Amino acid sequence: MTDQMVDIRGLTKVYRQGDVDVAALRGIDLQINKGEFVAIVGPSGSGKSTLFNILGGLTPPTAGTVRLAGQDLLALSESERTNLRKNTVGFVFQKYNLLPTLTARENIDIARYIAGLADSPANPQFAEVIKMLGLTERLDHKPRALSGGEQQRVAIARAIVNHPALLLADEPTGNLDSENSSLVLHLMRDLNHRLHQTIVMITHDPEAAAFADRIVQMRDGRVVPAS
Amino acid sequence: MVNQLVYENLKHRPVRTGLSILAIAFSVMLVLTIVGLSDGMLEDSRDRARGAGADIIFRSPTASFGTGGGSAPLNEKLVPFLETQPHITMAAGVLIHSLQFPNSLHGINLDQSSRMAGGIRFVDGGPFRRANDIIVDEYYAREKKLRVGSKVALLSRDWVVCGIVESGKLGRMFVQLTVLQDLTSNPGRISQIYLKVDQPANIPVVVADLKAKQPDYGINTMEEVLSFFSADKIPQLGIFLNVIIGIAVAIGFVFVFLSMYTAVLERTREIGILKALGASPVFIVGLLLRESMLLAVLGAITGIIFSFGTRYLFLIMIPASMQQKIAPHWWPKVLLIAMFGALLGTLYPGLKAARQDAIEALSYD
Repeated sequence: MTDQMVDIRGLTKVYRQGDVDVAALRGIDLQINKGEFVAIVGPSGSGKSTLFNILGGLTPPTAGTVRLAGQDLLALSESERTNLRKNTVGFVFQKYNLLPTLTARENIDIARYIAGLADSPANPQFAEVIKMLGLTERLDHKPRALSGGEQQRVAIARAIVNHPALLLADEPTGNLDSENSSLVLHLMRDLNHRLHQTIVMITHDPEAAAFADRIVQMRDGRVVPAS
Repeated sequence: MVNQLVYENLKHRPVRTGLSILAIAFSVMLVLTIVGLSDGMLEDSRDRARGAGADIIFRSPTASFGTGGGSAPLNEKLVPFLETQPHITMAAGVLIHSLQFPNSLHGINLDQSSRMAGGIRFVDGGPFRRANDIIVDEYYAREKKLRVGSKVALLSRDWVVCGIVESGKLGRMFVQLTVLQDLTSNPGRISQIYLKVDQPANIPVVVADLKAKQPDYGINTMEEVLSFFSADKIPQLGIFLNVIIGIAVAIGFVFVFLSMYTAVLERTREIGILKALGASPVFIVGLLLRESMLLAVLGAITGIIFSFGTRYLFLIMIPASMQQKIAPHWWPKVLLIAMFGALLGTLYPGLKAARQDAIEALSYD
């Protein structure tokens, strides 16, 4: 039994662009413990979004070892990666990515529905989370009636409603003003502290990264060793 | 939950949803109208044939039912001959001259035909008095806006409406037999002869007797004749209906295809979101299929309602030429036709959506 949620060794990812192979990740080693809040920072093209996509099961790795909650991502089929997204990871995106036709409540419920949990009773703790996210009064509103900060909080609620092993956040404050950014980051830190939610946050904002327990620097497809 | 998503998606694009429903409704209405017209016109012809009041029809073997083919192959001297045959109580010869489809002009001996039909009731005017008098039925009068005294131009002659009779007896327009014979250069000739028998039980006996005596003629009971007024007995009608059904499926397919294709393009990001949440390709295709099936059902229901509208329009505009029957037995069929068209229209967009790369979809603006 290990405390590691993520264990990455020698991870490479090569994309084919026309006739040219482009290496987005060039041998990454990274371990993330359960309950850890890690920020991955780096300039554009450093490979952090590729790492996010691989950890989220959105794209397969090319080579190396990636173990997430005990699963070897290199060996997963397309349908197994679909199951990984359904059961093991939750996503928070920069652009919120809520379904515009559904209310906030329905946006959260659809994640339960897809995971096959629609008929199971909601975790009573989740009502507390909704309260903590400040969404209790906003659940019946559609995204267009919510502010950016509220939409991102709904996205966080949707991401954690199925109790994922790993919460992946890609620039979660990228579209928010400083007040809402601070609110969202505090909420993520609260989730990490109160629920021991493992979080990997991609950001290029040093202030946002400072909310994490650990900051991992990336450059040119590699993890920059801590100095 | 997924039904809510389907409903909200359709509600979110009301114009596209409305147009898709209307297109499917149009194709459903097209099928129901054509089927209703064929059923209605056959039933109307059947009713008018039955309304003649005869038990047996005596024709040339090559004559068709209904219009009599517009020819006059029989000698009218056959009428008194037939009247003297055992069990025959009445005989009435008719000359039928085909006009522009679906109309025909009947040359009749009014007293004879009226007795055969058990009386022809005049709703306005009365019997022939002059050679250029014409009697029309209610439907024809309504369609052509005719009253007693109105003029009707037929066969290069101006006729004057002398009477309007209730519909359902033999034909829609009647002139005196001798006048029509002269006008069509058929003196002493008729198209067919209606025979009445003393008792229904004797009908087969009379038919057998007449066939033995007059083997060169077509002799059928009225029941046999009526059975020919059925879509099953007209192969061309079946082919025509299949063509219309094909057109309906094509219309449904094209509109649903366009609707779902644009829906998939518009919702690229939403499909990416669903995929990120763990939705499988089956879930995505199922979602689109539910949408298109809902469009098909709503379109079919609207089309059924529209078919009542076309029936009303035919009834007030051309009741004599076209009679549309409401065909409830076709409602499940048109629903299936609409769903089949919608299913075909959803397959490619659905597969395109299911194959969409989640990362590309999420970065789509």
